[in-house]
Amino acid sequence: MKMTGAEIFVRSLIDLGVDTIFGYPGGAVINIYDQLFNNTSIRHYLVRHEQAAVHAADGYARTSGKTGVVLVTSGPGATNTVTGIATAYMDSIPVVVFTGQVPTLMIGNDAFQEADIVGITRPCTKHNYLVKDVRDLARIIREAFHIASTGRPGPVLVDLPKDVITAQGVYNPPKQLSLRGYKPTYKGHMGQVKKAVELIYRSRRPVIYAGGGVILGDGAKYLTEFADLLNIPVTLTLMGLGGYPASGRNFVGMLGMHGTYAANMAISNSDLIIAIGARFDDRVTGKVDEFAPEAKIIHVDIDPTSIKKNVKVDIPIVGDVKDVLKKLIKTVKDSGEAEKYSRKIAPWRAQIEKWDKDHPLKYKNSKTKIKPQFVVEKIYEVTGGDAIITTEVGQNQMWAAQFFKFDKPRRFVTSGGLGTMGYGFPAALGAQIANPGALVIDIAGDGSIQMNIQELATAVQYKLPVKVAILNNGSLGMVRQWQDLFFEGKYSQTCLPSYPDFVALAKSYGALGLRATKPSQVEEVIRKAIEHPGLVLMDFAIDPFEMVYPMVPAGAPLTKMLLV
Amino acid sequence: MRHTISVLVENEFGVLSRVAGLFSGRGFNIESLCVAETLDPTVSRMTIVTSGNEQIMEQILKQLNKLVCVIKVVDMTRSDYVERELVLIKVTADEKTKPEILRLVDIFRGKIVDVSAESYTIEVTGDEGKINAIIELMRPLGIREIARTGKIAMTRGPRTLKEAKKIKQGVENGDLLRQGL
Ligand SMILES: Cc1ncc(C[n+]2csc(CCOP(=O)(O)OP(=O)(O)O)c2C)c(N)n1
Repeated sequence: MKMTGAEIFVRSLIDLGVDTIFGYPGGAVINIYDQLFNNTSIRHYLVRHEQAAVHAADGYARTSGKTGVVLVTSGPGATNTVTGIATAYMDSIPVVVFTGQVPTLMIGNDAFQEADIVGITRPCTKHNYLVKDVRDLARIIREAFHIASTGRPGPVLVDLPKDVITAQGVYNPPKQLSLRGYKPTYKGHMGQVKKAVELIYRSRRPVIYAGGGVILGDGAKYLTEFADLLNIPVTLTLMGLGGYPASGRNFVGMLGMHGTYAANMAISNSDLIIAIGARFDDRVTGKVDEFAPEAKIIHVDIDPTSIKKNVKVDIPIVGDVKDVLKKLIKTVKDSGEAEKYSRKIAPWRAQIEKWDKDHPLKYKNSKTKIKPQFVVEKIYEVTGGDAIITTEVGQNQMWAAQFFKFDKPRRFVTSGGLGTMGYGFPAALGAQIANPGALVIDIAGDGSIQMNIQELATAVQYKLPVKVAILNNGSLGMVRQWQDLFFEGKYSQTCLPSYPDFVALAKSYGALGLRATKPSQVEEVIRKAIEHPGLVLMDFAIDPFEMVYPMVPAGAPLTKMLLV
Repeated sequence: MRHTISVLVENEFGVLSRVAGLFSGRGFNIESLCVAETLDPTVSRMTIVTSGNEQIMEQILKQLNKLVCVIKVVDMTRSDYVERELVLIKVTADEKTKPEILRLVDIFRGKIVDVSAESYTIEVTGDEGKINAIIELMRPLGIREIARTGKIAMTRGPRTLKEAKKIKQGVENGDLLRQGL
């Protein structure tokens, strides 16, 4: 039976189990939108800016484990997705972005609303396609989903010329994909695993350093089992939060630029780092030449290019974190030496505890000024930790990471790699759609929230009861913090005016706005927001001079922390 | 150290820019790059000459391997292989220099492929050393321009690139570089 490209497109998505799309229409994709009209299997969410469509799909993916799907038109619609795609790429999030394109014969002619989006996104997608023939459409869509969601996940873009969408073809999805250039390694090498366990047993000051790979690879349960079996201290990256419970007995906190004193001291003084699904990012290592000088390194990652990219590795293990962790657990159990080893490293744990006692994560609270850390703590308290937290970028992000305790994976949604302001709110919408019953809170700054503020309309339209907690410091706080510390307090372009009035703004969109200007009002505002059945903007007038501590200045070694 | 890398890729549009973009985007350098179809028309073969320390080379090989359009990557430098390059040299030729040019072409087993009243165009094939040598010898005679193809390479013996041990399977140990063929 003949179908149009647009029909094949919709049919392909349905067969792949897609029920949610984030998008924005336009001339190049109007035929697809015609197919979506009255389609009951696929729910399309109309965002108010294409960047937000990708962030929403990304938040949807992070909190559900499914692949997020985006549909936009050619030219400006496509270029508007680039920041979203780059964000997903840096954090390895499975998203498939479909862009309209001018008809194949017009490609390259600077046609109306033409952009070479395949060229533009080549360095920030895991892979991308220009579909040149309707006969390839069903196959390419399958491949796109396969590539996005397997191995180290990531965004895939599929560019759909208008004539391909309107052409007649048959729906002929391949039964099996044959991608001869794409075969991720899932199974960890047993020989390497054995060597790793031997190395662990020889170590006295081990640290597990785990990242986003543990979340993406659904390895949290196994990481916890492994760490607790040997009682090895665990530090997590920003992306890894929730990969080991914050309340777990071996947790020493986040590491890196704004990591805890204990975590940074532990990794710096370790003699063995067991890196799992993490990539030794510069925000984590500090000055890389002085990073953990005495440590041997075991590195588990599904992406071979992550290994030995920034640091020397003694035992690389390429594979799926879950597979490798299971093998590590089994090897340790079979050895029967777990308890003995745990006892051997007790002095090391005691040392770390002492570091933590000497310099715990803390802030100076105030009776008159609202401290942002206090707001985050209150949110944690009131929700009992049972919430999905998204963040914007800047101080708000770091305070959320430090003071909300994540016990489960896929609960903390933040732009770690790219650091995209404007990410958190649309991501929260996607998270809410993926988790209709969950409480979803975007911890925001007054700068970042204005980067995708237009999505208030989307949230209200689809009755998404997201709560936005703006930590309003009247400034681009994180940049201001750097200016305070390293540029003699010259606030170049970092002071924001007191408008908009976020409470009034919420109202204008038909949402609820709440404000707290005194510490005593904080809890009540949070409670009211949670009780309200719809979208709420909370405006917390926080102490504008509050800083994020500890802080390792950029380029300094991890041990050179500025403390409260 | 310089390395010659052979890469089998899907014969599709855009593949060259993916490979080139990988090098430029990550700050790896390309000294030369050759690409053309193989016996199997769906596959192209690239020969890339690049340089870097062990760590950079390992990244280059792994990053190439990570591209979906790349089917196989082999660092030829780790094995026994032959390499060839072809150069076209347009050299000024007058009554005085013609005999010398002809003599050099003969010694280098080159060919004159175009003749005009005042120039010869010479074709020479060989390894890099030979190509450099003929260029240096021709230089004082008046080279007008040269065009070099960049290197192509093939392993010695009966095995083909397709049969070379898959890096993808061996990579667990991370010691990609020790694998060669
Ligand atoms: C799109 C984008 N532009 C610029 C930056 C640089 N930047 C990082 S943090 C920051 C300040 C963020 O201000 P705000 O959202 O108010 O958060 P705060 O730090 O005050 O909590 C800026 C400008 C960025 N991360 N993303």
